[in-house]
Amino acid sequence: MLREILAMSLASIFSNRVRSGLTVLGIIIGVASIIALMLIGRGATDSIQGELAGLGGNRLSITITGTPQKAGLTEENLRQLGTTPFVTAVSPLTSARGYVFANENKKENVRIFGRSNHFFAIDGNAVAQGRALHPLDVGNRHHVAILGASLATELYANRSPLGEKIIIRGREFVIVGVMAASSGFTLTNFNEAIIVPYNVAERALGGSRVNSVEIYFAAGSDVEAVRDGLTASLTGMFDGRSDVFSIANQQEILDMMATITNTLTLLLAGIAAISLLVGGIGIMNMMLVSVTERTNEIGLRKALGAEPAVIMVQFLIEAVVLCVLGGAIGIVVGMALAYLGSLFIGFDFVVTLSPVLLAVGFSVAVGLIFGLVPARKASRLNPIDALRYV
Amino acid sequence: MASLISLVNVGKSYFVGDEEQEVLRQVNLAVRQGEMLAILGPSGSGKTTLMNIIGCLDVPTRGEYHLDGVLVANLAEGQLARIRNKKVGFVFQNFQLLPRLTAFANVELPLIYSNFGVAERQGRVMNALEAVGIAHKAGSRPNQLSGGQQQRVAIARAMVTEPAVILADEPTGALDQATGQQVMELFKEFNAVGRTIIMITHDPSVAQHARRVVRILDGQVFEEGDDRYAQGNSRHVAR
Repeated sequence: MLREILAMSLASIFSNRVRSGLTVLGIIIGVASIIALMLIGRGATDSIQGELAGLGGNRLSITITGTPQKAGLTEENLRQLGTTPFVTAVSPLTSARGYVFANENKKENVRIFGRSNHFFAIDGNAVAQGRALHPLDVGNRHHVAILGASLATELYANRSPLGEKIIIRGREFVIVGVMAASSGFTLTNFNEAIIVPYNVAERALGGSRVNSVEIYFAAGSDVEAVRDGLTASLTGMFDGRSDVFSIANQQEILDMMATITNTLTLLLAGIAAISLLVGGIGIMNMMLVSVTERTNEIGLRKALGAEPAVIMVQFLIEAVVLCVLGGAIGIVVGMALAYLGSLFIGFDFVVTLSPVLLAVGFSVAVGLIFGLVPARKASRLNPIDALRYV
Repeated sequence: MASLISLVNVGKSYFVGDEEQEVLRQVNLAVRQGEMLAILGPSGSGKTTLMNIIGCLDVPTRGEYHLDGVLVANLAEGQLARIRNKKVGFVFQNFQLLPRLTAFANVELPLIYSNFGVAERQGRVMNALEAVGIAHKAGSRPNQLSGGQQQRVAIARAMVTEPAVILADEPTGALDQATGQQVMELFKEFNAVGRTIIMITHDPSVAQHARRVVRILDGQVFEEGDDRYAQGNSRHVAR
C-alpha cells in the first residue's frame, strides 16, 4: 500500500506546482547554504593543512607571547638556541608593512617579511631569478630585497628587476632576487610580499621584534629532547619564566588549525541550519493549509476505509518528499556555490560525502518533524464532519 | 435466517454544551440479506445519524448494532475504518469523487485501502465500471463527466469491494428526474442479483422504488403498518 500512498503524495505535490515550489524554496536555501559552507570550510581546511604538511617535519615553531615579545629574541638569544643539541638551524621571522616605491610605481601597504638565509635553504622557498639571502646579508645587515612574483610583475612589468633600486618605507634597497610564484593559500604565499634580512626589517623598517622562530633539527632526532633543550634555554633567557613562550611541532599546529576551521565551519553551518528551520516552518504552514483544503477528501478517504494511520502516513510522506526534493536541489545548488567560492577564493574544491548525508538526513528530519502536526491533524479529522465540509 | 443488519434499542445522543440532545431513540431495525430498503424521513428526523451508525461512521450511545455478524460498539477508529472498507459501500448525494483522479482511480481507492494487488484491482475496477455501464469513461476525470455518469462512478466505487451493504444517501438528490430514474433502475438491477441496498431519502418518490420503506420521525423508526407510520406520512405531506 505504501507505493500507492507515495504515488498519491506525489500527485498531490505536483498538482500544486507553484505552491509546492515556493514552499520548497525555503528548504533549498537552507540546504544549499549548509552544503556550500561546509564544503568551503572543508576545502579551506584541506588547503591550509596541505600547505603546512608540505613544509615538512623536523621542525618546531617557537612563539614568544606576553611582555617579552616587546623586546623579542636578541641575536645572542638566537645564537644560543642554535647551540641546543640536535638543532641544525634557527630561522627567525619578523614582519612589517609599508609602502614601496620602484620604477616610478608606488604601492601602499605591502607585507614585508624579515627572514634569514635558512628560510631559503631549508623550507624549499625557491628563488626564480637572482639569488636568495646570504648569511653575509644578515651578518652585515645589507639592504637587499627579494620580491614576490606578483609584486615584481606589478612593479616592473616584463622587465627584470634584478639590480634595481627600490624604496621601502623611505630606505633604499637593492633587488637581488624574485621568488618563484606560489600557489599556496596563505601561509606559504609570498607573491605579494617582499623579503629582506630579518634584522634589517626589525631595525631599519620598524618591524616587529623576533617573536617567532622556526627551529630545524636533524632527521631522526628525539623531538622531545629538542623541545626540552629549547625550553631550558628559553626559560633561562626569560628569567626563569616558562609561560611566556610556546613551542609547537608541525602536528600540533595542524591539529590547532583543524580545530579552528572545523569549529568555524560548524558555527556557520549552524547558522545556515536556522534557515532550514525557517524552511521547515514554511512546509508546516503549507501542509496545514493543505489539510484544511482537503478536509472533504480526507473525510471521503476515511469513509472508504482509510485508517487514521494511513492518512497520517500520506501527509507525512508529502512533507518528507517536499523536503527531500528541496534537499536534493539544495545539495546541487550548494555544491555549485562551493565550487564558485573555491574558484574565487583560490583553494581546492573538495566534495565529501558527510555534508551530503547530513543534508539529506536534515531534510528528512525537517519533513518528519514539521509534517507531524499537519499529518496528525489530518488523521484525527472526524469523517462525518469532514465529509460535510465544503 | 439471521439479519444482516440488526439494531436493537439503539440510541444516540450528542452534547450541545451541557445539554444532552437525543437524536435517535430506541431504534429497532432488522435488514436481511438481499433487501432493498428505504429510510424515509424529513430533515432533522435523525436519518443522517442513523445512516452514519449503519455505515460505521459513528457508534451508538446506547443499544446494540450488529453488521454482518460484527458487533459495532466502541471500536477504535482504525477498526471502524476496516469494517467500513470491507462491509459498507457509500453512495453520496454529491457523488464525492476526488476531482484530481480519473474515474478508474476513484473506483480503485477502497481497494487500495484493503491492500489488493495491482492486477486484482485492475480487474475488479473494470468489472465494476462495466456493471454501471461506464467502462469507456475509465480515463476521464469527474469534471469531464455528467452528473449521472459521476453517480455511476460513485456506485461502481461503492460496489467494487463487494460490501455487505450499499448505503445510498439521497442518491438522486443532485440529478434531474430522468437521470435519477436511471440511477434507481441501476440500484434495482443490483438488488435483483442479491445486493443489499439501503437508501436514505426525504423524497417519497425515491422511496417508492424500494421494496420496503421505514419512516423515521423524531429519532424513532416506524415500520409500515405501525400507527405512527401513517402519522409520519401525513406530517411529511403537511410539510
